[in-house]
Amino acid sequence: MSKTKRHTEPLMHITKRPAIALWKNLGIRGIGLVLALIVCAIVIYAVTKLNPLEVYVAMFKGTFGSQTRVWYMLRDTAMLLCIAVGLAPAFKMRFWNIGAEGQVLMGAVAAAACMKYVAPNVPHGLSLVIMFAASAIAGGIWGFIPSVFKARWNTNETLFTLMMNYIAIQITSFCVSKWEDHYGSNTVGVINQQTHAGWFPPILGQQYLLNVLIVAVITVCMYLYLKESKHGFEIAVVGESTNTARYAAMNVRKIIIRTVIVSGAICGIAGFIAVAGAGHTISTSTAGGRGFTAIIVAWLSKFNTFIMTGVSALIVFLQKGAIQIASQFGLNDFVSEMITGIILFFILGSEFFINFKVRFRSSRKEIEK
Amino acid sequence: MDTNVAVRMAGITKDFGKGLANDNITLEIYKGEILSLLGENGSGKTTLMNMLSGIYFPDSGKIYVNGKEVSIASPRDAFDLHIGMIHQHFKLVDVFTAAENIVLGLNEHVKLDLKSVRAAVKDICARYGFNIDPDKKVYDMSVSEKQTLEIVKVLYRGADILILDEPTAVLTPQETDRLFAVMRNMKADGKSIVIITHKLHEVMEISDRVAVLRKGKYIGDIATADTNPQQLTDMMVGKSVTLNIDRPEPKDLKERLVVKNLTVLDADGVKKLSNLSFTAYGGEILGIAGISGSGQKELLEAIAGLQKPEEGASIRFIPPDKQETELVGKNPEDIYKQGVSLAFVPEDRFGMGLVGSMDIVDNVMLRSYKEGVSPLADRKHPKERAEKIVEELEVVTPGLSTPLRKLSGGNVQKILVGREIASEPALLMTAYAVRGLDINTSYTIYHLLNEQKARGAAVVYVGEDLDVLLELCDRILVLCAGQLSGIVDGRGAKKEEVGLLMTRLAEKEAANE
Repeated sequence: MSKTKRHTEPLMHITKRPAIALWKNLGIRGIGLVLALIVCAIVIYAVTKLNPLEVYVAMFKGTFGSQTRVWYMLRDTAMLLCIAVGLAPAFKMRFWNIGAEGQVLMGAVAAAACMKYVAPNVPHGLSLVIMFAASAIAGGIWGFIPSVFKARWNTNETLFTLMMNYIAIQITSFCVSKWEDHYGSNTVGVINQQTHAGWFPPILGQQYLLNVLIVAVITVCMYLYLKESKHGFEIAVVGESTNTARYAAMNVRKIIIRTVIVSGAICGIAGFIAVAGAGHTISTSTAGGRGFTAIIVAWLSKFNTFIMTGVSALIVFLQKGAIQIASQFGLNDFVSEMITGIILFFILGSEFFINFKVRFRSSRKEIEK
Repeated sequence: MDTNVAVRMAGITKDFGKGLANDNITLEIYKGEILSLLGENGSGKTTLMNMLSGIYFPDSGKIYVNGKEVSIASPRDAFDLHIGMIHQHFKLVDVFTAAENIVLGLNEHVKLDLKSVRAAVKDICARYGFNIDPDKKVYDMSVSEKQTLEIVKVLYRGADILILDEPTAVLTPQETDRLFAVMRNMKADGKSIVIITHKLHEVMEISDRVAVLRKGKYIGDIATADTNPQQLTDMMVGKSVTLNIDRPEPKDLKERLVVKNLTVLDADGVKKLSNLSFTAYGGEILGIAGISGSGQKELLEAIAGLQKPEEGASIRFIPPDKQETELVGKNPEDIYKQGVSLAFVPEDRFGMGLVGSMDIVDNVMLRSYKEGVSPLADRKHPKERAEKIVEELEVVTPGLSTPLRKLSGGNVQKILVGREIASEPALLMTAYAVRGLDINTSYTIYHLLNEQKARGAAVVYVGEDLDVLLELCDRILVLCAGQLSGIVDGRGAKKEEVGLLMTRLAEKEAANE
């Protein structure tokens, strides 16, 4: 203890910002994006010797290069957004539903089953309604099961919902093998290719407009549900403390079960959109990992459904752009994934500077020993 | 410079973004003295001491230890300078033993030599009159034992300057006496002790000198022998405050709550309350005294429907204008649906009574959000109510949309009590309603309780400060280890008598063993 140490002022002061002006907020994000592009450019040049600007142009073209590509981008954004919006109520309640992948698949299986067996025999509009309801119920059941266990016996929902994913994948492969288009192919193929029964109809000539509209409506409704409704208030209180919820005369079990059913049902609807509005088929990769990507979207947006729209679009843009540069320049996936990683890193980094203020050691005279 | 000065803080300023937490404060701590740092909530006492213990770094100003200018950038720097702080919230690892917690973070030896630690701990205990078992795990310790451990930890690290942040807030009168005895021993050993507090009788009892802060500014210091509680209060608050609690005669007493044979077990099946029977009347304040953990929490929660009583219990609630209701067997939702007019200020503000991340309006509507048939939540009326609470109780807040966690403890409690009172309850239960609050806010709360009593409500006041219980309550029910130890008249009873009742049963049991 007799060691004499020099006690110097720390190099940096990190203080929490009480609030931040909007222009500063946007400014920090803008700087983050520019830095990300610069760092990416250096990495791209160092690794591939390509002109970074060309790569960026390619990325942009990959997403916005033609009208078809824009519509693909909208379709995929809507799908990702729908799942993220579905996760929002569960996450807001601190129920870590990582079973979206399975809930999407169950919704997709239900939709495909209806498309195959019901749609050819009923009017077109009715078939869509039936498929919608069936997939919402299927997704809802996939949320209901873990929520009951959570509410009754306080099981760990993270593990439970994760395992439910694998069950859903198995059920999907079982159905795929049942419904395969010809023996041994192990694919279902496009369902109702001739009749288009149970397919989303084009609106104003646009194949994917209905996808976007449905998700837009769900997004707005979820925003209002969480923000303005009594249920939304209950979800927020239960998420903060179940004791407080009980004190406030809430039925905690009921709220947990109800909320996770809603969450699962919306993920199920995403499965319906994937089948009826995009693939017109079913396979174990119908959800395609989007159930997990949506978790990132939900967190980055702090569960605000409108911000989710932007984040979903960004992630889809990055994915599309990455695929484009990979194919255009003959690179493998790793380079494009690196770019995605760098950009996400800087976006998350700007969060830090928005929440905290960093001040370096002032020029005040160093303290004498 | 005076060689008797252990620490000199000169011109210390700290800014947290909204107003100065510390504004150009100059404070001296002498060797071998007990200094009380007195001030209301949010006056900057803890902030100032945190800069001495390396938690915060001052924006400007200088700190001298033993006459030498130093810069304290981390708790380790503070520890090198022999400064140790015992925080209000203990910083201990639950699954470690006392000895393991003491050596935690000291990497002097490569090998963990717990044997010599134990010996050193025994030595410290013997020197100052502590009592601690080095091999006891922290999760088995009572609050007072944990605090003792924190002090021993700091002493083991060679601290000569000890800072205690509101150490008595969690202690019983007897435990407080024991702590004070230890503090006197440490002082006799030449240590400097700073005690952060806002309890005046403690200031008078223990300290040699008092330094007063108000709203981040240094008001002055004075030798304890030359002052009195009234003068200190005036310095602290900045205006004259009357220190007497009103106690109007109860009138028009009516049976409001009749509790019979109430037994409550906790989750592990341990009896927390056994066979308790009493009656609370509308128009009186019934105090509940007892060592912490004697069943107070279970009693209030059982009445509120949050805990299930054992078979055979009965809690009859008799509202002034409606049919009486049996509360046993009902959960809070049932109680709400039956329209039982019961208000409850729980002990755990953020764990039960309020939601820290939500704003004032949302917290005000917490108990009434179900009103109306619309699926949408009505925020207009709660907003009006919130405005009224903020105005009437003088809540200091940047606005109604500020998350509650950003407000000081006193303001948070005002909102909680204000909300519960706003429902004009027939029964108002409060648990430690003034814990951690400054004098002014405490008196505001006492006044509010008296208003409810005058309105004819039955007020149940669970308290820890016997002086206050004896000044405020009409009758005091004393709990001891979950049993009814006695009910005394608040006007006639002596503090010693109540103190005895608080421990009597435990002694009886000990004698039986």
